[in-house]
Amino acid sequence: MTGFLTRTRGKTRMDVTDILAFAWLILGTLVIAIPIGWAFLSSFKPEAEINSFPPTLMPRAAETLVIEGYDDPLPAYAWTDETGETRTVGLIRRIGLKATVVDPDTPGERLSVDAAAIEKRTEIRPEWSNYTDPLERFAFLTYLKNSVFVTVVATVMTLVLNSMAAFALSKYRFRGSTTIFVLMLSTLMLPLSVIMVPAFMVIVGLNLADNLWGVIFSTVATPTGVFLLRQYMLTIPDDLIEAARVDAASEFRIYWRIILPLSAPALAVLAIFSVIWRWNDFLWPLIVLSSPENYTLQLGLNAFQGQFTVQWHYILSMTVVALLPVTLIFLFLQRYITEGVASSGVK
Amino acid sequence: MTATDDGYARTARAAPARPGARGDRLLEAVMALVEWPFTRLQRLIGLRRMPWVFVLPNMALFTIFVFIPVLLAIGYAFTGGTELLLWNRPYVGFENFSRLLSCGSYLDPATCELDLFWTAVFNTTWYTAFNATGTLVVSLVTALVLNRLTRGKAFFRAIFFYPVLLSPVVVALVWKWFLARNGLLNAVFADLMGDRVIFLLEVLWSRFWVVYVSIWFHMGFYTLIILAGLQAIPRDIYEAALIDGTSRWRQFWRLTLPLLMPNLLVVLVLLLIRSVQVFDEAWVLTDGGGPGTSNTFLVQFIYETAFATDVRLYGLASAASVLMGLALLVLTLVQLWLGKKAEN
Repeated sequence: MTGFLTRTRGKTRMDVTDILAFAWLILGTLVIAIPIGWAFLSSFKPEAEINSFPPTLMPRAAETLVIEGYDDPLPAYAWTDETGETRTVGLIRRIGLKATVVDPDTPGERLSVDAAAIEKRTEIRPEWSNYTDPLERFAFLTYLKNSVFVTVVATVMTLVLNSMAAFALSKYRFRGSTTIFVLMLSTLMLPLSVIMVPAFMVIVGLNLADNLWGVIFSTVATPTGVFLLRQYMLTIPDDLIEAARVDAASEFRIYWRIILPLSAPALAVLAIFSVIWRWNDFLWPLIVLSSPENYTLQLGLNAFQGQFTVQWHYILSMTVVALLPVTLIFLFLQRYITEGVASSGVK
Repeated sequence: MTATDDGYARTARAAPARPGARGDRLLEAVMALVEWPFTRLQRLIGLRRMPWVFVLPNMALFTIFVFIPVLLAIGYAFTGGTELLLWNRPYVGFENFSRLLSCGSYLDPATCELDLFWTAVFNTTWYTAFNATGTLVVSLVTALVLNRLTRGKAFFRAIFFYPVLLSPVVVALVWKWFLARNGLLNAVFADLMGDRVIFLLEVLWSRFWVVYVSIWFHMGFYTLIILAGLQAIPRDIYEAALIDGTSRWRQFWRLTLPLLMPNLLVVLVLLLIRSVQVFDEAWVLTDGGGPGTSNTFLVQFIYETAFATDVRLYGLASAASVLMGLALLVLTLVQLWLGKKAEN
């Protein structure tokens, strides 16, 4: 029986490495999921609870009771009376060791009880104001708008410019085409940190400092994108192009109507990557953008957490906002991403 | 007869799709509009020059934002002062380099003229060593485990890859909260040890967590690359081993590891290259390299020397960039050489 249950392909029994492998997978999943899950749950907690220790798992908030004769809802308390019976009551006020409460069943009658005999009642309730406050009171809506703007415009430009260059480099032999390709490839490994200062000078020279376009223009001509698309376009047969030329199609028409639609899978992978890159960019925007109204979400989040270190309920909610688009993309398109990474080695 | 019926049915079914057809016509018009100037251009300059039209926009941006800065980078390293524009800066020769490299003893950053630079060099060295080996081991084990799964492979691969897609700021903040005074880890820690630890304010703990978070963040990427290498190993080799009755451990040490070695070496060098450039997540996690300068790395030194002080020392920062660039160049050449060797 056990033999039947544990039988896997080609093997007859579970050996110790199977158990170790399984343990590794479970452990890895927990190590990855717990910090993110914890930040997610905490982002719904009210400020008071964020700062309490030991922490509770779920976001909880004080329960309230609406009692006849009282304008505002009263905080709900569990009251254990002398007989050991527990009732839910509304707290009117607490002075020293005594508390004045009211039973919702007998709204007219005020009871004076021992403060030690009552305990605050809480319920699981997400604190949505953690999410709405930063958007209204702080500049997070601006940061969000800037991030969306940079991400969308840069991705569209990346797709258009990179695919045009890839088309020329894959479907034509012209003077200098190899040189251009090799030059681009050689910068694949070139890190931003090496050219930080001169790149900033170029930005200042073009009057693009502290301007979102400065971030956009400098990131769209990605060598990775050109490389990825070129390799894909090489697999498209040239006969199609020849046939189109016989039909008197212009070169741009060939690119626009034949090559681009056929490159859709590669374009999709590049689009996904570009969105993730631009949404997550940090060091370069940090150098280019200096005034808070131009900050992207990542910069705004970093500045906010440096300034208001105790406002974790806001920091966490905005962290969740920052990871949400990437997470959604991942949930729906993860197959393209992992396959794209595995086949091209880009990140 | 049937054919006509069928034709009728199809027309009838196609009828409600009219708005879509109108959309198609609109798209057609837009596409024709985009095409028009390029077609005119081609008539003007001829087919043979068209490829240049296609590469030009991309090349122009690339030249402005990558090639020119690369050429200027070396120029900056030999100039002084605080002017940003290169032509306004006085030539100082090797002064920036000699300032960076002047030390009483190279083993003790405190004896150096720029002790922060040498602290950063030391920190980057230990970070690179621990991060590269740690990530390599964790990724290798994960790839091996994933490779033998028959079911659920895509699911677990996705889980391990997910953190790679997050932004450095998000990763740093998620972990900062996890390690906070009121965080989850301290709840466990206080329960077991009786006392809380402020992890990110203690030198050794903070260094441990910087490396740990970095492995957590990036290991999924390297796992995918190693996994691709594992899948490239032909199956029949293992079948032969199975017939011989070779044990699993022996299979790993004698078959898998040697066959995977070229792939692992490339991954290791890639890891070294990326580790040397550590900045974003470590900087946010440790509030700018703290406690003190325990987690101040090279890129942070360059960034802060050039952009985050009142006196912006672009020349000094560029000299440090050039030194780092040289180290990276050596590593890249090693990688290319290894890649070539792996191909043969």
